[in-house]
Amino acid sequence: MSELTSKTIAELREGFRAGDHSAREIAEAFNAAVVAGRSLNAYTVETPELALAAADAADAARAAGELKPLSGIPLGIKDLFATEGTDSTAGSNILKGFKPTYESRVSANLKAAGAGMLGKLNMDEFAMGSSNETSAYGPVISPWRRNDGWNAALTPGGSSGGSAAAVAAGLAPGVTGTDTGGSIRQPAAFTGISGIKPTYGRCSRWGIVSFASSLDQAGPMARTVLDCAIMLEAMAGFDPRDATSLNLPVPQWEAGLSSDLRGKKVGIPKEYRIDGVPAEINAIWDQGIEWLKDAGAEVVEISLPHTKYALPTYYIIAPAEASSNLARYDGVRYGLRETGVKTLDDMYAATRSAGFGAEVKRRVMIGTYVLSAGYYDAYFTKAQKVRTLIKRDFAQAFAGCDLILTPTAPSAAFGLQEKTADPIAMYLNDVFAVPASLAGLPAMSVPGGLDSQGLPLGLHLIGRELDEQGVLNAGLAIEERAGFTARPEKWW
Amino acid sequence: MVSDYRIKGATGDWEVVVGLEVHAQVVSDAKLFSGAATAFGAEPNTQVSLVDAAMPGMLPVPNCECIRQAVRTGMALDAVINRWSRFDRKNYFYADLPQGYQISQLYHPLVGPGEVEILLDEKDENSVKQIGIERIHVEQDAGKLMHDQHPTMSYVDLNRSGVALMEIVSRPDMSSPAEAGAYLRKLRAILRYVGSCDGNMEEGSMRADVNVSVRRPGGELGTRTETKNVNSVRFVMAVIEHEARRQVDLIEEGGEVAQETRLYDPDKNVTRTLRSKEDAHDYRYFPDPDLLPLELDEAFIEECRASLPELPDDKRKRFEGLGITPYNASVLTAEVETARWFDALLDAGAEARQAANWVVAELFGALNRLGKTIVDAPVSPQQAAELLGLVADGTLSGSLAKQVFEIMLDTGDDAGKIVDERGLKQTSDTGEIDAKIDEILAANADKVEQYKAGKEALFGFFVGQTMKAMAGKANPQMVNERLRAKLN
Repeated sequence: MSELTSKTIAELREGFRAGDHSAREIAEAFNAAVVAGRSLNAYTVETPELALAAADAADAARAAGELKPLSGIPLGIKDLFATEGTDSTAGSNILKGFKPTYESRVSANLKAAGAGMLGKLNMDEFAMGSSNETSAYGPVISPWRRNDGWNAALTPGGSSGGSAAAVAAGLAPGVTGTDTGGSIRQPAAFTGISGIKPTYGRCSRWGIVSFASSLDQAGPMARTVLDCAIMLEAMAGFDPRDATSLNLPVPQWEAGLSSDLRGKKVGIPKEYRIDGVPAEINAIWDQGIEWLKDAGAEVVEISLPHTKYALPTYYIIAPAEASSNLARYDGVRYGLRETGVKTLDDMYAATRSAGFGAEVKRRVMIGTYVLSAGYYDAYFTKAQKVRTLIKRDFAQAFAGCDLILTPTAPSAAFGLQEKTADPIAMYLNDVFAVPASLAGLPAMSVPGGLDSQGLPLGLHLIGRELDEQGVLNAGLAIEERAGFTARPEKWW
Repeated sequence: MVSDYRIKGATGDWEVVVGLEVHAQVVSDAKLFSGAATAFGAEPNTQVSLVDAAMPGMLPVPNCECIRQAVRTGMALDAVINRWSRFDRKNYFYADLPQGYQISQLYHPLVGPGEVEILLDEKDENSVKQIGIERIHVEQDAGKLMHDQHPTMSYVDLNRSGVALMEIVSRPDMSSPAEAGAYLRKLRAILRYVGSCDGNMEEGSMRADVNVSVRRPGGELGTRTETKNVNSVRFVMAVIEHEARRQVDLIEEGGEVAQETRLYDPDKNVTRTLRSKEDAHDYRYFPDPDLLPLELDEAFIEECRASLPELPDDKRKRFEGLGITPYNASVLTAEVETARWFDALLDAGAEARQAANWVVAELFGALNRLGKTIVDAPVSPQQAAELLGLVADGTLSGSLAKQVFEIMLDTGDDAGKIVDERGLKQTSDTGEIDAKIDEILAANADKVEQYKAGKEALFGFFVGQTMKAMAGKANPQMVNERLRAKLN
């Protein structure tokens, strides 16, 4: 890793502003790292020319004294975001070669803030997966390896697996992710980086390929809490083109960062102590509790009684919405079309059979089933009611605390193909992440430490609605105390 | 009022039960969930936004104007306006439906129960019947497939995709083709008064799904069929007539009516099966997660209410209160343009009763002859008011007024100008009239003899001769008086 590619966004920004290095030097360093890191399969498209163009613009802006918040910073963009003129395929064959004529609001915001684009990042197909193994481009390989000497290929997590791997391996200083049921937080935890899913509605969904509309939220993934704050500030904002967008000003999260947690109460939900979770996970959780106490917080036990229903609820609501959201991929207007069939229905069947992978088909079928006549009330309506109860759990808990601390995932990164045969085992990865998604709350993963295999473990902070600042501050307090400086040894 | 419409079957009389689902395209510059334009007749695929084409990542945003129009329509139908409503997705695959679902409102519609009053006989004010409205919901229209552009492929035009429709669902309260016709015409009139739909059935901005069943008079409801997308009042009436007959014949032959969707073929005047209940889609309706529930505040509701114009029934009653006959009042209020034109005529000072007679007889006659409508009438309400004023003050006789009106139609000139320039003013000068009468009587001494001998029918001859001699400008009443005085 070159000197520049090991720096954080804040460091790069400072060095660029001070004239220690040009934006072009930064972009060239990361472009080179992207090429050198191809064996990780983190990027689906490389756009070095776009990174350089933005860098040259940033250098010119600096010369003119017109710096923007992210001038000189090249970023990776998850393939779920539509990027004008650059393939945007949601990791799916059905959108292979699709070049939008439009730019997603979030990536447009980042570009408007001066950022460049290094390329598009690999992901689980339509963000459906927790290991990046459902991608039509093949799995991303985590830069991390177990310390057992076997060098088994591990997952970076998913669905934002390419995003996580890129940051962990120094192929981007920061990236966009999206989180429907943990897709930012779980890969961040698996790769030893930070990632925040803001309150539902903070970031516009306009131009992000929809998976489950009521859950999808974009957020940043980066090395540090500060970097996440810097990026989120640029990404968020009201968008009249998204009816679920929050019409609120964007807080100055970066300026508001403080690791002093005196006067804050941190809730520890007893229902998150679940059977079968490795002791190391609970140990890092206990360590997190101590760090927050050290930062001045008071720790209280809380109850989120409907936690155990969160995962089944999620796996009804998300597939239901997805089954409808993915109906537009029908071969009629764009993307893949299978020809040589006789009827329109045959064309749909052939196109969608060829274009969608197994996990997407599974979820479309689950979603279609739970919305079907005769099953709708038993599944979908019931799930909506439970979702309301889960939201209420959090509302009641937050009457007695300001933040909630849990582990991010029930395990460290696992090996490729270890869980592909068992969808339920795969779904369990998101057991701690899903409740905050269902409740639309801001939540973040920060690195806590390494397990005995030398793999990163994440700590998970959940905040009140709109309290990204509280989440970031507690994340910072952990970051300062965890002293997590471990990096994957470069083998790629 | 109870309908006496019956279908005569081999086994006795049958009654028909009709409910209509009317799809009315909302008048709005932009589509329901996108900023795209809505003009009719544009080149294919020129009125399509990224949202309408369902490009990846595109999201719907409700168009406030479409919601406002539907609320105003609900108010005009005296319906419940739901302060809280929600959009649902109706999922099915078709090439004219880019999203793979239609955004509609199944569970919580914008407008609840209301009613429409119809007159079964335009000349009989007591022939009223209330037709219940169950609900109005707003939804997206689909695109249009074109099968005649290519030998082996179908093309799709998405101009209409996403255009806002109101679906106005009636209760099954109609029991004859005539009632359904009256309901549709009334509904169309109300929509056009409100300005929420142009009611243009030829262009497809209003179309009806016709639900028909038959039963023994007063008996249990039968199984209904639904005939989709019928696009004229006449066709709706034909569908009911045909479908009721078909169902009666079927039942009397020992068959059963299948609950199914049918299509109407206007060329052959038959309906045929589109799909049976077994083949019915499972639409998997669920709340659209891209949209928040629609919540209306009181200020919005009040603004909608304040913006409502006088509606047809109120206007008709007001006209009747001015001494206009119920028939004329009904004719004058049936179309919003006519009503507006007539109101302008009254505003210009015309006397109501006389004006109503003149519009219904003279103006409509002239428009018919010229193939024009009230909107492009060659005479303005102000010009017409002047003409009627000249009749009222005795300047013009009825026949002179007709002459002047014809000249107005030709030239566009004002009545006063025509009267002045052409000397068409009626003469009430007794000296002049007497002199002419004397000439006529002297020239027709034989007829005067016959008249005096009892052939009184000759009076008309003398009047005609006098009027002719006066070039039609004599006051006819005066001519009558003077003639009588001289002959008797």
